[in-house]
Amino acid sequence: MRKLYGILSLTFLLALSSSSAWSELVIRVTQGNDKPTTVAVSPIALNGLRIKEDIGAIVEADLQRSGLFRTTPRRDMLAFPSKASDVYFRDWRMLGSEYLVVGSMRTIADGRYELEFSLLNVTAQKTEFKHAVRGRVNEMRDLAHLVSDKVYQEITGIRGAFSTRIAYVTANRDSGKFVYRLNVADADGAREKLMLESSEPIMSPSWAPNGKELAYVSFETGRPAIFRQNLVTAKRQQLTNYTGLNGAPAWSPDGKKLALVLSKDGNPEIYMLELSTFKFTRLTRHFAIDTEPTWMSDGNTLLFTSDRGGTPQIYKLNVATRATERLTFRGNYNARPSLAPDGRTLALVHRESSTFHIASFDLKTGRMIELTETRLDESPTVAPNGAMVMYATKQGDRGVLAAVSLDVGVRYVLPAKNGDVREPAWSPFLQ
Amino acid sequence: MKTSFNKTGLATILFSMVLVGCSSAPVEETSTDIEDTSVQTGQVDTSGIDDSAMASSADTVFYFDFDKALLKPESRAALLEHAAALSSNPRSVRLEGHADERGTREYNMALGERRANAVKEFLVLQGVSGGLIEVISYGEERAASFGSNDSAWGLNRRVELK
Repeated sequence: MRKLYGILSLTFLLALSSSSAWSELVIRVTQGNDKPTTVAVSPIALNGLRIKEDIGAIVEADLQRSGLFRTTPRRDMLAFPSKASDVYFRDWRMLGSEYLVVGSMRTIADGRYELEFSLLNVTAQKTEFKHAVRGRVNEMRDLAHLVSDKVYQEITGIRGAFSTRIAYVTANRDSGKFVYRLNVADADGAREKLMLESSEPIMSPSWAPNGKELAYVSFETGRPAIFRQNLVTAKRQQLTNYTGLNGAPAWSPDGKKLALVLSKDGNPEIYMLELSTFKFTRLTRHFAIDTEPTWMSDGNTLLFTSDRGGTPQIYKLNVATRATERLTFRGNYNARPSLAPDGRTLALVHRESSTFHIASFDLKTGRMIELTETRLDESPTVAPNGAMVMYATKQGDRGVLAAVSLDVGVRYVLPAKNGDVREPAWSPFLQ
Repeated sequence: MKTSFNKTGLATILFSMVLVGCSSAPVEETSTDIEDTSVQTGQVDTSGIDDSAMASSADTVFYFDFDKALLKPESRAALLEHAAALSSNPRSVRLEGHADERGTREYNMALGERRANAVKEFLVLQGVSGGLIEVISYGEERAASFGSNDSAWGLNRRVELK
C-alpha cells in the first residue's frame, strides 16, 4: 500500500484563478493508490452557453485528488460525446478507460442551469445512471462537485465528500503585526471566503452538525472567548466570557449542546453548554489538564485529552454517569482526537519518541497506525465520508494543510500562497 | 439540496436502453437542486482590548522546559524584585503564558496557563495580592521567535509579566 505510485505523473497543480485578496489553497497530490480506476470525463457540452468554469476539469481534479482514480487525458480522446447514445465504447476501451462521464448543459427557467450527466461503464457497455443537477451561474463548482460525488459513490460504494467544505485559520505577520483569519473554502481549496479577521488569535473552529454555523475561539476581547457564527448571515454570538481558558468547542451530534473547556475553577475542565438555556454543566473534576473534547455519535460519550496519567492521553467520558476510562497507552503523547464516521476509528496526534505524527487508533482493537511521516503534524479532522484525514503540518517554517487516507494509500498537500495555514475542520455533509 | 426521480425521462430511458443494448434494468434517473450557501464575513469587536505598558528594570520574561510549568532557579531573583515592587506599590499586572509549537494547540493553551499560574503562585507566596494578577494563556498562538528549532522553542516557552 505504501509504494509511491508514479509521483510525477500524479503530481498536478490545480491552479485556481481568483480575484480574491486572500491566500487561496492550491492542491498537490503527492501519492496515489496502487490500482486506481481509470475514468474518462468527456468535456461537458455547453451548447453555446457562456460558462467560465471547465466543469469536466473540476470533476477530473476531484477524482484524481481522491487518489482512487486516474483520468484519461483529454488530448487522447477521439471524440467528446455529451450523451450516452453518442458513445462508441470501443474507442474508450482502447484508451483503457473503465468508466466514462458524459454530460450536457442547458438553461432552464429563472436564469438557472441544468447539467444532465451519465456515468457509463465501458467494460460492461452500459449506462450506470443518469442524473440532472440544477443551479445558478455562480454555482458551477457546486454542480461539478456533485457530479464527482455521484461518480465516486457509484464506483467505490462510498459517499463522495467533494461537495463539502473546510474551515481553517490563517496567520500572517505584516511588519511585526499579526493578522488572524478564519476562512471557509470548498474541500478542494477553491472559493475561499473570509469569515473573520482579527489582530488577536483565532482558534479551534468546529462545525455545527447542520453545516450552517461554526463555533470557535477568538481573543478579540483581549482574552479567549467562544463564539458561534452563522455562515450565511455572519451573525455572531459570544457564548463564554469566563476568567481563564475558554476553549476547544465541540458541537454535539444533535446540535443542541457544546462541549468546551473552562479553567474558571483553577484548572482546565470539560464543560457542557446547553445552547437553548445557557446552562453550563461541569463534566470533569481533576487537577490535571482536561481538554479537546469530541463527541461520539451516541451524544452521550465524549473523548478528550488529559495528562492525568503523567502524559497527554485519550480518555473516554460517559456524560450521564461521568465514568472515565483511559483509551491510549502506546506513545508518550496522544491528543486531539477526531472520530471517523465508522464510530471506531480515531485520528489523533501521536508521538512515539520525539516527533508528532497523525495516527489512526482503532477503538475496538486498540491498534495504532502512524499515517504521516512529516514532523509537527497536528489538528487532524476526518472527512464526513471517512476516506481522508486533513491535518496541519510544516513545510519549511510555514504551516500548510495536508491530507492522508485512513488506510495510508493516498495523500495530498494544500499549500497556501502565503502565510501560515492551520487548524483545518472538515464540514459535515452539506446536503 | 434535494434529490428526486425524474418521471418524464421514461422515453429517454427506453431509448438509451435500445442503443446501449445490453442493459437489463432501466437506467436510474435522478436530479438535484443546488442550494444557495454563500458565506458572509463577520466583524470583531476590539473595544475591550487594553494595551497597557509597564516600566521596570527587572526581567519580565521567564522561561520553562518542554511540557513543564516549574519555575527555573534563574527566574527567582527577578520575580522577587517584582514581588517587592508590587507589594510596596500595588498595581494590576497581567501574566501571559506561552508554549512552543510542539503538541496540540488547545493542550498548549492549558500548558501556557499552567506556567502563568506557577508565576502567579510564586508572587502570591511573596505577599502580592492575587486580586491584582490576571492570568491569560496564548498557548502557541503568539510566538516570540519563529522557526522550528530548539532555540526558537526555548524562547517561546515563557511567561511574560505585563
